[in-house]
Amino acid sequence: MKILKGFAYGLALPVILVLIWWASTLGTTNFFVPTPATLAEAFAETWFGERIVSDVLPSIGRLLIGVVAAIVIGIAAGLLIGSVKWLRDFTEPVLEFFRAIPPPVLIPVLMLLMGITDSMKVVVIISGCIWPVLLNTIEGVRAIDSVLSDSAHTYGIGGWARVRYLVLPSAGPQIMAGVRQCLSIGLILMVISEMFASSSGLGFTIVQFQRSFAIPEMWSGIVVLGLIGVAMSFIFQWTERRILRWYHGLREVENAA
Amino acid sequence: MQPETTPVSTGRTLPEGQAMLSVRGVKKVYHTDGGDIEAVRNLTFDLKAGELACLVGPSGSGKTTLLKCISGLLAPTEGEVLLDGARVTGPPKKMAVVFQEYGRSLFPWMRVRENVELPLKNAGMGKAERDKLVDEALEAVGLDHVPQSYPWQLSGGMQQRVAIARAVAYQPEVLLMDEPFAAVDAQTRADLEDLIRTVWKKLGVTVLFVTHDIDESVYLGQRVIILSSSPTVIQEDLEIDLPDERDQLNTRALPRFTELRHHVYEQIQRAKQGHRPAAATQAGSAS
Ligand SMILES: Nc1ncnc2c1ncn2[C@@H]1O[C@H](COP(=O)(O)OP(=O)(O)OP(=O)(O)O)[C@@H](O)[C@H]1O
Ligand SMILES: [Mg+2]
Repeated sequence: MKILKGFAYGLALPVILVLIWWASTLGTTNFFVPTPATLAEAFAETWFGERIVSDVLPSIGRLLIGVVAAIVIGIAAGLLIGSVKWLRDFTEPVLEFFRAIPPPVLIPVLMLLMGITDSMKVVVIISGCIWPVLLNTIEGVRAIDSVLSDSAHTYGIGGWARVRYLVLPSAGPQIMAGVRQCLSIGLILMVISEMFASSSGLGFTIVQFQRSFAIPEMWSGIVVLGLIGVAMSFIFQWTERRILRWYHGLREVENAA
Repeated sequence: MQPETTPVSTGRTLPEGQAMLSVRGVKKVYHTDGGDIEAVRNLTFDLKAGELACLVGPSGSGKTTLLKCISGLLAPTEGEVLLDGARVTGPPKKMAVVFQEYGRSLFPWMRVRENVELPLKNAGMGKAERDKLVDEALEAVGLDHVPQSYPWQLSGGMQQRVAIARAVAYQPEVLLMDEPFAAVDAQTRADLEDLIRTVWKKLGVTVLFVTHDIDESVYLGQRVIILSSSPTVIQEDLEIDLPDERDQLNTRALPRFTELRHHVYEQIQRAKQGHRPAAATQAGSAS
């Protein structure tokens, strides 16, 4: 019952928005704004066919590989850099510099270096997504409570056990905040990398529709992107709640006090 | 009403080979951006195996600093700490520490039981033995009803009891406790004091117990080491000649208890007013 209610609440606003959209496109015949019905039709026609296999799935695949690689590399490197003081001092200015570079400008460079390949697109995604994960992990590792760290130390918890039982969970909230940013940057870069240089993929298809004035199809592509974003966000939230249950509970207790 | 003990200005030391824990001329200076802070000037004392000693001293007198030096978390600026004859350079295996900051010493992502179990698991102990020790320890501190709670769901006193259970389950040879009962209500405190003495007797563990509380130090210890105010030296190393069987009501009602308590109180007052034992003043000015 509670779930149903939550579901109803979540669905109410989209329904209202669609209704408004439907009402405002009732009498008009603006070429660039399709009615809900046309869009739905275009959506079904465009995406429930071979495009799923030829464009959507490859895009999602590249996105997943890029994002997962960025998270894994970012956390691993962040654990290392965050734990070793001289490494941190040594790398900090460089990391700040790389983070400041807007990732899309890397696309032409990487195109020259790697050609227009899938791996180039994955590298674009990784090179943009890694920074929030990496920098947040470093910050999280640095911020480990000194008393907790002393406790672990006196009980002989070192090496991998220290990472597993102390460092990773303690940096968890920060890491997850980095991952959240990483996901949205990833989606953006997936689209942009395909708009620049591609013959397939979601970004490519959307630009293609736009250039050939297939406006409802173009809009439907944007809807697909939105849906992918929402799906990613749901998966993220679900995972985060699981991993950081202790943290949310702790925060609640602290806020209540 | 002076007790019949002659005040010693350095701590009691034992002949070589008889001490479980030796603190030798330990000095600790913190180097900070705002200049150097001398937390501990010169401390020397020994604990023999199985002894229960209390360490009292005014706030800021470097009690926590000393404990960190003993547990190998901090390297002393001068002097050394020996455990069973071997110099301490890092946290020794058979030592457990209960920290002052109870709220920050348990892993908030682990349940109570997992917190107590982790050091044992990390030491490679088998599941059955682990379970037994954890159950016993939790029962001893009266927390066997909340093994599945998270530490932050418990009150401050309960959290500290979990930390004590963790130390007890670890079966250390030396147990260091840094004002463990500061956050605990009076009744629980009395229970925990008796618990510490029970555990101490049962395990034969050497205990160094830091406290603010004069009554507590006299009630618990076989010996009370009184620190001066900063720069810290030993004000007095006092033998507590109360009967070994202690009892919250009867022991505290003994005339000797009151005498000893008065004595410790006076020494701490003198320490606060900056009085320093003669030997230490010389040692201090000589350095
Ligand atoms: N990490 C540190 N860096 C610099 N100074 C420190 C540090 N830790 C402690 N001190 C200083 O050393 C002195 C002794 O501190 P310490 O915490 O050991 O005292 P304490 O006897 O445990 O006090 P309390 O009874 O309040 O716990 C204080 O002046 C304190 O400011
Ligand atoms: Mg202290």
